Amino acid sequence: MTGTTFGAVPWGPPLGEPVPRLDGRAKVTGSARYAADHTPAGCAHAWPVPAPVAKGTVTAVHRAAAMAEPGALSVLAHDDAPRLGDADDRTLAVLQSPRIAHRGQVVALAVAETLPAARAMAAAVRIECAPVPPDLELTPEHPRLVTPEGAESAQGDFPAAFHGAQVRIDAVYSIPPLHNHPMEPHAATAQWLGGRLVVFDSSQGSNAVRDALAALFELEPDQVSVVSEHVGGGFGAKGTPRPHVVLAAMAAMAVNRPVKLALPRGLLPALTGYRASTLQRVRLGADTEGRVRAIAHEVDTYTSPLSPDWRERATQPTRSLYAAPHRLTRERVAPLDVPSPSWMRAPGECSGMFAVESAMDELAVACAMDPIELRARNEPDVDPHTGRPFSSRHLVECLRAGADRFGWADRDPAPAMRRQGRLLIGSGVAASTYPAEVIPSSARAHANPGGGFLVEINATDIGTGARTVLAQIAASTLGIGVDELEIDIGRTDLPRAPLAGGSCGTASWGWAVHKACGELSRRIDEHQGAVPAGGLTVTVDTTEDLATDDQYTRRSFGAQFAEVAVDVDTGEARVRRLLGVFAAGRILNPRTARSQLLGGMIMGLSMALTETSTLDLAFGDHPERDLASYHVASCADVREIDVHWLAEEDSRLNPMGSKGIGELGIVGTAAAVTNAIHHATGVRVRDLPAQPDALLEAMIAQGRI
Amino acid sequence: MDSRLLTSAVTLRVNGTVHRLTLDNRSTLLDTLREDLDLTGAKKGCDHGQCGSCTVLVDGRRVNCCLLLTVACDGSEITTVEGLSDGWSLHPVQEAFLARDAFQCGYCTPGQVCSAVGALREMAEGRPSAVTVGTEPPSGAAEIRERMSGNLCRCAAYPNIVRAVGDAAERAAEWWERTP
Ligand code: FES
Ligand code: FES
Repeated sequence: MTGTTFGAVPWGPPLGEPVPRLDGRAKVTGSARYAADHTPAGCAHAWPVPAPVAKGTVTAVHRAAAMAEPGALSVLAHDDAPRLGDADDRTLAVLQSPRIAHRGQVVALAVAETLPAARAMAAAVRIECAPVPPDLELTPEHPRLVTPEGAESAQGDFPAAFHGAQVRIDAVYSIPPLHNHPMEPHAATAQWLGGRLVVFDSSQGSNAVRDALAALFELEPDQVSVVSEHVGGGFGAKGTPRPHVVLAAMAAMAVNRPVKLALPRGLLPALTGYRASTLQRVRLGADTEGRVRAIAHEVDTYTSPLSPDWRERATQPTRSLYAAPHRLTRERVAPLDVPSPSWMRAPGECSGMFAVESAMDELAVACAMDPIELRARNEPDVDPHTGRPFSSRHLVECLRAGADRFGWADRDPAPAMRRQGRLLIGSGVAASTYPAEVIPSSARAHANPGGGFLVEINATDIGTGARTVLAQIAASTLGIGVDELEIDIGRTDLPRAPLAGGSCGTASWGWAVHKACGELSRRIDEHQGAVPAGGLTVTVDTTEDLATDDQYTRRSFGAQFAEVAVDVDTGEARVRRLLGVFAAGRILNPRTARSQLLGGMIMGLSMALTETSTLDLAFGDHPERDLASYHVASCADVREIDVHWLAEEDSRLNPMGSKGIGELGIVGTAAAVTNAIHHATGVRVRDLPAQPDALLEAMIAQGRI
Repeated sequence: MDSRLLTSAVTLRVNGTVHRLTLDNRSTLLDTLREDLDLTGAKKGCDHGQCGSCTVLVDGRRVNCCLLLTVACDGSEITTVEGLSDGWSLHPVQEAFLARDAFQCGYCTPGQVCSAVGALREMAEGRPSAVTVGTEPPSGAAEIRERMSGNLCRCAAYPNIVRAVGDAAERAAEWWERTP
């Protein structure tokens, strides 16, 4: 990252305007084509066969019944599938070995003329295996829990400071496994054209897909084209290449015709990553005025043998959040025989902030302080972990602005005091934060001699509005309207760009687009404003712009407020009102930004109240694999909800002065909701989600009802 | 086709066009629309009737067509999202979705739009839902939320969807009257 300061760029419209989505019409009319909406001539269909045990070896693949199905083309398995080259990601080495690393891993692939036939074939394939007892249960005593390099930090003398503190909070919080479940299940349509591989994939970053396919099929990257023009959400689950795209390409090679593979919804948790569950212990030691002197956050989690380096980095936000001279963070991870966990919206930050922001609420109660005042009192001057200044930090301003809007001033802090008929009412608050990062990107800008511009970059629009916002950045840089240019994204044939993930897409792509368009403007000026007959083209890369020092901590911040009503007869908690106030640099398109932040907050609401999954110890996978058993928020779960942001100027980020907002909205929401449940009922929810049975039992046990 | 394969001849009228098809009896209407007729507007989110992404109108009623066998639709009149606009002017629900930014990734959107068209008609006909109180014709945000809850949106555009459907209510009624 750079230490550069960007001058106050005179950004004018259309940047900052609520420009409607450029792909909106295609989306409401159904003409936008997603990966599985492409059906090349002669396209066959594939259906995966999942491993029936959690660990072991495939000893036989019985194909006869499947191949008897009319329209059967092939059953691929480890014994006959094409051999693949090496990809760093072991989840992509599909059908290369008889070893079963987790339940649900693909052990065979049925390919047929039609979809019903492929599905029937997959059901008819019989897998014989030699199972081995799997290691599935995470406990704090698990012998293989280790603290990887860089997974702990310490300052001062935490044990002594905590021991000597006047007020101490020591609590354990837990989050179950959570599933991304984008509405579009992962799909790929692959075809081999001569020696070239052309793939339509649902991916957040098709350059990484191209690189992986090139390595696996031993091709040059330019022999592979990956198209991700429209992507039906991802939330991290499509952030890296996933097995489906390798299987589709492999099947297309094996049957020598195009193949379409759309994963059944029920296989997403096993094959596309999930948020691993965490056990989190938070200790806060403070004086009676609420000044935190000691803070510790320790997390136990797990990964899979196929993804040994993964962990849910839940202590990361705690390192930079509140001032305290004595600090300790530690993450431990155990390799279990489970499906590979991976990125889910705000990985690490979302998990960790539930625990820390719950503990802060517990501390506010223990100190009889207002939770907003408590946070304001512990606001650091610099990043307490690194000692570096923040490029900008307006957490306290968000809390205060939110308090005004929400009507916080009249709040009586006493819990379980407000009853309306069967309902107990309460309100809660929590902070949000997420890193604001940027990754090198390239882009190309072209001026036509007859007027008009074309901007090309392999950015991906997974619903964020990237297509629209990048057009706004280009148009503002060129001093034209959005309708005077064309923007082309979502294909590896375009200039290389990073993925839509980590809330750094717009900052990274936007920087490259701004640079390309700025240079193009200068080139046009050199020609006295007249574009020569062949047009003018500029291609840029931001690698060098980013490769300087790192003097600042760059993060977005926010405050979330929730009002809940808990039914004393059923234990059901409902969120009546939700408010988020954020400080995330310059907001580039208020229309799409609002939708994105709302979406994050609603996913957080869902995490607080309904989303839960189980790692089943008998089967080694998640029984709640479908959308009937895994409850994501529906329309009726969402009532009054509002989003605001502060005008934040930060010239140390990128030329637009923007911070990413894809993840910020989900961070802290769950704590705001469960803190409100405490205010309503007196029951502290430390284990998500706050489901009616547990809440009712706790209210009865604590004599609240 | 193979003699062991059980097929049926089916006639469908889709967006005003008649299709005579010979189909694998196991085909769902969703797969027929998407794979055989290349009408890919209707999406497959779950294939289990749990998400609403595949919502289309069959004989004027909204259905999750992943749960409907095509052979059971012989002779039916089917409207998909592609049939709601005439290529130039959009259906009032589509216009309202654009105006309210009632989507992000857009994957659930064809289902939401078709579902909203069906739900508004049900409300106009006075059919009650679980939240309907009394005998007045149902209207308002609570009714819309309830009736649209079969259509999941993981991008969670719900607040904007509710507003869009509310905005479209009146004009959608006119649209039904114009449509045979
Ligand atoms: S695909 Fe039909 S309801 Fe989900
Ligand atoms: S807009 Fe993405 S799922 Fe609804």
